[in-house]
Amino acid sequence: MSELKKITYREALKAGIREALLNDDRVFLMGEDVGRYGGAFAVSKSLLEEFGEDRIMDVPLSESGFVGAGIGASLAGMKPIVEVMTVNFGLLPMDQIVNNAATLLHMSGGQLNVPVVIRMSCGIGKQLAAQHSHSWEPLFAHIPGLVVVSVGTHEDARGMLHTALEHPDPVIIFEYTSMLNLEAEIQIDAGHTDISRAKVRREGKDISIITYGIGVYKALEAAKRLSEQGIDAEVIDLRVLRPLDEDCFIKSVSKTHRALLVEEAWASVNISSEVSARIMENAFYELDAPVKRLGGSEVPIPYPLHLENASVPQVEDIENAVIKILRP
Amino acid sequence: MTDFLMPSLGADMEAGTLVQWKKKPGDQLTPGDIIAEVETQKGLIEIEIFEAGILESYLIEEGDKVPVGSPMARLRPEGSSKKTPETHPIQEKSQASKPLAAISEKTPSESSSSQKKTSEEIPRIKISPLARSIAEKNGIDLSSITGSGEGGAIIKADVEKAMVAKAGEPAGKETREAPSTAKTIPQESIRTAVAAAMSRSNREIPHYYLEKRIDMLAAMTWLQEVNRQRKISERLLPVVLFIKAVAKALESSPELNGIWDNGLQIQNQVNIGFVISLRAGGLLVPAIRDADLKSPEEIMAVLNELIPRARALKLRSSELSDSTITITSLGENGADKVFGVIYPPQVAIVGFGSIINEAVVHEGMLAIRPVVHVSLAGDHRATDGLSGSRFLEALNNNLQNPNAL
Repeated sequence: MSELKKITYREALKAGIREALLNDDRVFLMGEDVGRYGGAFAVSKSLLEEFGEDRIMDVPLSESGFVGAGIGASLAGMKPIVEVMTVNFGLLPMDQIVNNAATLLHMSGGQLNVPVVIRMSCGIGKQLAAQHSHSWEPLFAHIPGLVVVSVGTHEDARGMLHTALEHPDPVIIFEYTSMLNLEAEIQIDAGHTDISRAKVRREGKDISIITYGIGVYKALEAAKRLSEQGIDAEVIDLRVLRPLDEDCFIKSVSKTHRALLVEEAWASVNISSEVSARIMENAFYELDAPVKRLGGSEVPIPYPLHLENASVPQVEDIENAVIKILRP
Repeated sequence: MTDFLMPSLGADMEAGTLVQWKKKPGDQLTPGDIIAEVETQKGLIEIEIFEAGILESYLIEEGDKVPVGSPMARLRPEGSSKKTPETHPIQEKSQASKPLAAISEKTPSESSSSQKKTSEEIPRIKISPLARSIAEKNGIDLSSITGSGEGGAIIKADVEKAMVAKAGEPAGKETREAPSTAKTIPQESIRTAVAAAMSRSNREIPHYYLEKRIDMLAAMTWLQEVNRQRKISERLLPVVLFIKAVAKALESSPELNGIWDNGLQIQNQVNIGFVISLRAGGLLVPAIRDADLKSPEEIMAVLNELIPRARALKLRSSELSDSTITITSLGENGADKVFGVIYPPQVAIVGFGSIINEAVVHEGMLAIRPVVHVSLAGDHRATDGLSGSRFLEALNNNLQNPNAL
């Protein structure tokens, strides 16, 4: 066994960026306030001093402009990490992402890969009110041509960027603001994340809790509480939202025969909708109970803390939903 | 208010004809009362009631033929109020759905509106897809299961419970008559079935055990001779001789070839159940039908076809319920002896250990010869040790004369 190290989610992200910068000269970080300010969430703090202005690049407040520049740099052979401060500003570069990054390989007849990596922080939990609390993973996961991944654990915060940079196509990485200060132990040599595969975070036999992002730790906590009540829940971190690792969750549901899908994004037309449909298509005859979903309430996310908490699934909600499925 | 439904009196029953009501509206009903007589393909059957209450009204009349699950009468359960106001909406509903047409063979002229409802609304069984496929594969009658899932839906656990109950039932004539459609048996249910059958055997059957050491030199020499002229795919295995020799030995001991169902019932057909171990654990015992009438070559062909199919869990239900006696053979490099547990309702099981070389006294000399230890476990309710002993002696004679097999 290798050594364990206690680390915050923020430190894990930073370690991933630093390693990428050290490993490959073509890698550079660009984004709003990533340099002198050290990143809006202090993820890139002190990297400017270490790597200099050419590789840690502050950009003007124009998402459409700098994401486009990042796409251009990647076409020219560079390996840009473009930071869009939060997904809440993610609609501004949407045209660049959908119409350029995602389609150029097709439009060029397979000649032009766009190996850009775009990081966006995402999710609620900081009382930032409706306009700054979006969970828009499903919007991006809808687009063919993109790889969309979600960083639900410290291990992935540390290990996902490397694999994303190696991918020949545009990769959107969702990180979660509310988890930045969260500490967890990871193995020092945990290695890089396979971004083509979902991950079984906890094995169980009674039900599959399928989730991603902030849902992963919540589901694990719920599974822990459920185990005290004699329920053995399996927790699957989807990790890659496009293309979905269908094999992983179909296999799991075929084993447990029940599924609860959990995510913070608004419930209608979210990732769970797709996962649910695939379970119906591929594992219908394995189901012993209807697939259930817990998603975000379909409201603008409220500012007051108690209402904000109430607008997304919490550990108790997961726990209760599982009990309801298993012991109706 | 509850409806009394046309019960399913067997998995193959689709409908029943009400021949006679045995209770009148207003009658007090106690569980166990016969409420009606119903005619099915299996004959006239008296229908019991399982809840207490008062018979409120008939929903079908004598002579009506209705599908399984159709309401036959309305009951007022014990302790509930006299009238419920639900008659009105039902009336509207039944009129709206009138074009669906009653399945009742009787003209609906004088029937009340609630009566139409009865034959139109056949309750759909709520069941999970998984539970349904397990039930279908195992021939479990869904109408007899109470669901414990969401909204009373039948789930896997309910079907498994029903399977255990079914495996525990005396497997008499009913299972014998089961339709021989191709069925796949799920792995997990095999363990449950083995557990139920073996527990029942040890609980109910007083076993006696006999053992005989049989000299196999003649049989092995004969096999070698025969196989020498054959392609590998057509070669015979010793087990074929065992099966054939057992089948033939039963001619003189027919009382071992039977089933126990409140008494010994000797079977005319010799269907030898052959124990096949599954790689994932558990075992299946498909029947080699009319083994006494088959040549060793034919038995070998049956085995070659049966074993892979058993391992793929693709046997027909009749193949699993037809056996009249069981053979368990450990094959090469197995244990020297095996003492079987009788597979109820059969009355005997013959166990063959591995064929091994042993020092034996032969014609007054010590010799090393191939032998097999054969055991017989018999049901002491059905037969005595003497029958078993005779059988083993006949088996010995048969194996000494492989040519005649």
